[in-house]
Amino acid sequence: MFRYYFRLGIRSLRRNMVLTGLMIAAIAVGIGACMTALTVFRAMSGDPIPQKSSQIYTPQIDNWAPERPPGDTPDHLNTLLSYIDVTELMKEHGAKNQAAMFATLLSVRPEDPRQKPFKANVRTTTTGFFPMFDVPFKYGRPWTAADDESRSAVVVLTREMNDRLFGGQNSVGKIVRLDSEPYTVTGVLDDWQVMPRFYDMQVQPFGRSDEIFMPFTRAIDKQMKVLGSIQCNGDGTTAFEGLLRSECIWLQFWVELPTAADAAKYRAFLNNYAAEQQRLGRFHWPPHTNLRNVIDWLRYRHIVPNEVRILILVSFGFLLVCLMNAMGLMLAKIMGRAGDIGVRRALGASRAAIFAQCLIETGVVGLAGGVSGLALTALGLLAARSLLTKNFVALAHLDWTDTAIAVLLALGATLLAGLYPTWRAAHVQPAWQLKAQ
Amino acid sequence: MQFRPILSAMRRNKVGAILIAVQMAITLAILCNALFIIQQRIALSERPTGVDEANVVVLDNQWVGNPPDQAARQEGDLAALRSLPGVQDAFATNTVPLTDSGSTEGISLHPDQKSASARAALYFGDEHAIATLGVKLIAGRNFNADEITEKVGYTDLKTPSAIIITKGLADKLFPGANAVGQSIYDDFSKGQVPIVGVIDRLQVPWVSAGGWGSSFNDNSFIVPFHIVIPYPILYVIHAQPGQAAAVIQAAPKKLFELSRARVIGKTRPMTALRTEIYKNDKGLVVILGTVCVALLAVTAFGIVGLTSYWVAQRRRQIGIRRALGATRNAIIQYFQTENLLIAGAGAAIGVALAVSLNLWMVSAFSMERLNTGYTLIGAVVVMLLGQAAVLWPALKAASIPPALATRAA
Repeated sequence: MFRYYFRLGIRSLRRNMVLTGLMIAAIAVGIGACMTALTVFRAMSGDPIPQKSSQIYTPQIDNWAPERPPGDTPDHLNTLLSYIDVTELMKEHGAKNQAAMFATLLSVRPEDPRQKPFKANVRTTTTGFFPMFDVPFKYGRPWTAADDESRSAVVVLTREMNDRLFGGQNSVGKIVRLDSEPYTVTGVLDDWQVMPRFYDMQVQPFGRSDEIFMPFTRAIDKQMKVLGSIQCNGDGTTAFEGLLRSECIWLQFWVELPTAADAAKYRAFLNNYAAEQQRLGRFHWPPHTNLRNVIDWLRYRHIVPNEVRILILVSFGFLLVCLMNAMGLMLAKIMGRAGDIGVRRALGASRAAIFAQCLIETGVVGLAGGVSGLALTALGLLAARSLLTKNFVALAHLDWTDTAIAVLLALGATLLAGLYPTWRAAHVQPAWQLKAQ
Repeated sequence: MQFRPILSAMRRNKVGAILIAVQMAITLAILCNALFIIQQRIALSERPTGVDEANVVVLDNQWVGNPPDQAARQEGDLAALRSLPGVQDAFATNTVPLTDSGSTEGISLHPDQKSASARAALYFGDEHAIATLGVKLIAGRNFNADEITEKVGYTDLKTPSAIIITKGLADKLFPGANAVGQSIYDDFSKGQVPIVGVIDRLQVPWVSAGGWGSSFNDNSFIVPFHIVIPYPILYVIHAQPGQAAAVIQAAPKKLFELSRARVIGKTRPMTALRTEIYKNDKGLVVILGTVCVALLAVTAFGIVGLTSYWVAQRRRQIGIRRALGATRNAIIQYFQTENLLIAGAGAAIGVALAVSLNLWMVSAFSMERLNTGYTLIGAVVVMLLGQAAVLWPALKAASIPPALATRAA
């Protein structure tokens, strides 16, 4: 029966090519616009570290309130930490892994004298970074806690940096010159990329990422430039040592807390810490702290730009218009065939049979619209990528999930839109139609 | 024209009419909000920086290592750049407009003020800064050479000996009064700084719509510092008119001749910075524009389709009306009035929808309030669209011969 209705459906669609074409085009355009926006949105709001995103947290401590300059967060908490707080939190070792960090920019002088020096993005952090973020190693291993302690001149290279400097060979134990100083390679990463770079979203969270890693303590010793913002609240300093003693905020700090109990414990610890600071007279306000995991953090930091949200909104409105359009056309088409339907009903077809036949016809339109919509989505993504920067369309490509969403959305929406016309068709009065002929 | 027959015919065809009206309403709501966003983004991306962008070239220089004679090297670099053919002037700074990166400071009028009077972007410069940027000094004077001091690192917060502020900042701090000769206190050093000059305009480095800096876009100041830090410093060069391209070629070459122990980032004209920084705004304009056109097309085709169907459905009735003496024009008018009624209803719902959509976006995306002019323009556009779309089916209806009435029965 299904096959017969399917053939009938195709035949009836072919009878009025213009109307059918318009219907399919309307659905395809709507689906294309929607899926383009949705694919970009999905790519941008994806989980950068799915296996651990609920176990990795970043603490926030209010060290400025209440006379703070206007901030950009709804809860008036800073998104970075001061050196004072980070060193105190690190001393506590309250987590399975912990990593303090900031980004810097150093010049790299390749061994090959014919190559010009170039700039590299360097992440200065503690060794907890690597196990906490499940960073894979190709050669060697992270530096040790002893290296952190003794402020050693050691580095870990990304695979790309190792390819560039050492032609992809095992470079463990070799020397890299950063700002003219020698650093020993302890390890080389395998392919590793987190999108967005949730642990520091200040500079191009979807763009070029860290290329070299080195001990945080070493960078502090060498007073390296902070690539990111330093926000101060009235206690100006005169040099790097001053920055370390100030309430200026400029550091990221992440902790791994595998269970909810660990997180609760850490939360309590943070509050106690802030209360202690209040008692010591450093804070003259009650504790104001928070602990957010990766997913909460991305939402809190508005990782998906408003522009993308606006596009989602506009494109779904557009799809709605397209569907109502298709619905009107379907109504026209089915009611135009009221005569045929009347004859079929008079010859003994049940309402259910008419309903099924029309619904299958609608399904065919939806499917055709979905498939053409997918092609339009691919075109739309291509256009979006050329029109917008990486921070908007990072990594947006059609995967199988997107394809499935597109087809299901097209089919579901078309069937929904076709429900009323189909219902009308099933309620055609055979006697009335036959009389009218 | 009589509305009664139209309305009673519509009552028998409720769903179709409602579909068209709702479609037009949504189209209208999206259309005026999209047009509003487009207009805002275009205005945003065309704001002047105050800098003579066509002739200003920037490059960022970073020394390899931490040479002890950095200040002297920087002086040497700038002298060499100024002596290049086609170069009018040059200076070194932390940032320029259109880069989305820089520093701000709170500015107070009294040393013990609780919260700052204004927030402003900070530019470092010397006596060459104003000429190099091409900004206009409208009151007071430029820095003197003896006012320039060295600043070692970003966190070296020594009090500057003088300051030049923008007109925007001057108006905010001293409304209606002459700012030159007054003093301000910056939030960090708490020191007293005399204002020596006022420049017409120097935009803050941040440009994003509703983002950081958008609330104090015109508040900037220049402090007389030579920044001496082992990190990238911007060299800003003012080329003679038409010489920018040549300077872009020559400048890095000259600098590498002086020393190879450096990394030079991209050397580009300010116009390139503008294109790059507003790329997303321009992209959004193109995308929203395309969606608007597609939306109008889809709605128009929908109206054509449904009205054609109505014409087909009413062929006999139209034939009868024609046989009873209705003119072709009367038939055309019938469909046009019908569409006008539907479109009018759609526009009314659409205006309400557009305003509530905008109100929601104001709260969710901190957008600006929609100008009512846009909703009216949108309503007129949508109604004209309906009239245009209905024309073809109406003409087809008018061509139905009166004889049909007799034949079909």
